[in-house]
Amino acid sequence: MLRIENIAKTFNPGTITEKVALTGLSLHLAPGEFVTVIGGNGAGKSTLMNSIAGTFFVDRGKIFIDGEDITRWPEYRRAKYIGRVFQDPMMGTAAGMMIEENLAIAERRGRRPTLAWSSSEEKRQEYRELLLSLGLGLEDRLESKVGLLSGGQRQALTLLMATMASPKLLLLDEHTAALDPKTAAQVLRITKTIVEGRNLTTLMITHNMRDALALGNRLIMMYEGRILIDVAGEEKKRLTVPDLLKMFEQAAGSEMTSDSLLLS
Amino acid sequence: MDLIIPTISQGLLWSVLAIGVYLTFRVLDVADLTVEGSFPLGAAVAASLLVAGWSPIPAIFVACFAGMLSGVVTGILTTKFKIPALLSGILTMIALYSVNLRVMGKANLPLLRIDTLFTQFGWISEDPQMVVFAVGLFVVLLIGVLCYWFFGTEIGAAIRATGFNPNMIRANGVNTDVTIILGLLLSNGLVAVSGALVAQSNGFADVGMGVGTIVIGLASVIIGEVLFGTASFWRCLISVVLGSVVYRIVIAVVLQMGMPPNDLKLFTAILVAAALALPLLQGKVKERRRRAVD
Ligand SMILES: Nc1ncnc2c1ncn2[C@@H]1O[C@H](COP(=O)(O)OP(=O)(O)OP(=O)(O)O)[C@@H](O)[C@H]1O
Ligand SMILES: [Mg+2]
Repeated sequence: MLRIENIAKTFNPGTITEKVALTGLSLHLAPGEFVTVIGGNGAGKSTLMNSIAGTFFVDRGKIFIDGEDITRWPEYRRAKYIGRVFQDPMMGTAAGMMIEENLAIAERRGRRPTLAWSSSEEKRQEYRELLLSLGLGLEDRLESKVGLLSGGQRQALTLLMATMASPKLLLLDEHTAALDPKTAAQVLRITKTIVEGRNLTTLMITHNMRDALALGNRLIMMYEGRILIDVAGEEKKRLTVPDLLKMFEQAAGSEMTSDSLLLS
Repeated sequence: MDLIIPTISQGLLWSVLAIGVYLTFRVLDVADLTVEGSFPLGAAVAASLLVAGWSPIPAIFVACFAGMLSGVVTGILTTKFKIPALLSGILTMIALYSVNLRVMGKANLPLLRIDTLFTQFGWISEDPQMVVFAVGLFVVLLIGVLCYWFFGTEIGAAIRATGFNPNMIRANGVNTDVTIILGLLLSNGLVAVSGALVAQSNGFADVGMGVGTIVIGLASVIIGEVLFGTASFWRCLISVVLGSVVYRIVIAVVLQMGMPPNDLKLFTAILVAAALALPLLQGKVKERRRRAVD
């Protein structure tokens, strides 16, 4: 499904603000894998996701989706295969447009827009049913501007939008981090329902170790631009937070610094 | 009193420019200075073709096409070459000054005794002012309906989303370079049509007629939004047109009250600056009141 071969990324190379963010990282996702990604601040988690999504090009290495080399594809072109939810609830929706218009745009993800009129009663009925499944009362608010929604409602809507056009790969970058604990739990529940219900290949970054253990069927931990720990299946199921911390200490070894004890 | 109809007519002809400015300033969220060059470009192209014996409607279409091209140039400068939008617009505007002189062959091209859109529709009324009013109203309605339709289509929605959140629309598979260029194309096409209409109503095209058009457009947009609201896209279009008419009425009134015409641009600039500063000032006043209460 997703194959990443030895990618590297350095920001502002050759300047005093030079920052090595990814160092020869490889990763292979099988179809239907739901991977949670943890790691301290600056470990390179977002850089990994942005490299996949095409926010920028990697310095070296290759990225494939379903065998197709997308390494040099621009961001908008990769969107055909990739659905995304960002940390910032403002990022994933157009605030000044109606819920209905946002959904219509998401439904066409990856397809060239045409001169067809963009909404119809039939579509609206479809959208209402989808929104009903979120259980947030948005089904009666198709004509509300998205800017009027709460952060949690916007993230749930973005999640719906990212998965509407059945992406080959779903990227979630701390998509509940900006929400209060109760709303975060709600959005996480919706995430679980959608991802597991539809068997979507997913990468989900989180700073919450318990969430990382509770969700998904594989877990990776990043450290200084590479993957330090990669556990899946039964092994992941048995894992506890103390286990994870111990594994991290062992793996990081002498590189270990006290401030890498990141996680909640 | 007999100034009312001509004033409204001017407002209608200029409202096409205002819609163009609205499309960039509000919909795309860029301040596009190309209009200062594409407005006289539309005038110059239409006037030259009329002088060469073309009939008015094809001449206006060619003017529109020329305006669109100028928008594409600005769009390419800003998207493909990453020149900031403001500077891209200025570059195109300056270049167009020379282009316009070339098109006209001189700085001012009179349209005396030449068939224009307004003489062609002279049968509508004995009063030439009524003709301008009727034709202006028709053109504005036509353009309004076309804009409303276009921005309700998939492509139109993608352009609007680009203005609100380029990240979001890229994440949904749309090339924002294309939508930005398209938006600038449409905007400057309309601005050129406005220039072509104003030249025919004034009876001449002049290289200098673009000076200050961006501010006139902004004034119309802002006046319209404040007075008539922005609830929906359709409402915004109507507001912008009415804003342009109100702007012309305000100008007519202050001129009647004895303001020297040379001060018009100063007046307009202050008006726009005040309107743009208003939300901030309102916020400050509220803040101070709240503090006073505490
Ligand atoms: N656009 C950028 N320009 C310069 N440096 C960047 C940029 N994006 C990330 N970096 C740097 O690259 C490193 C990795 O950042 P990244 O955002 O991938 O970390 P992260 O694992 O997502 O951290 P966090 O948990 O804080 O989100 C950091 O040192 C960061 O400062
Ligand atoms: Mg991050």
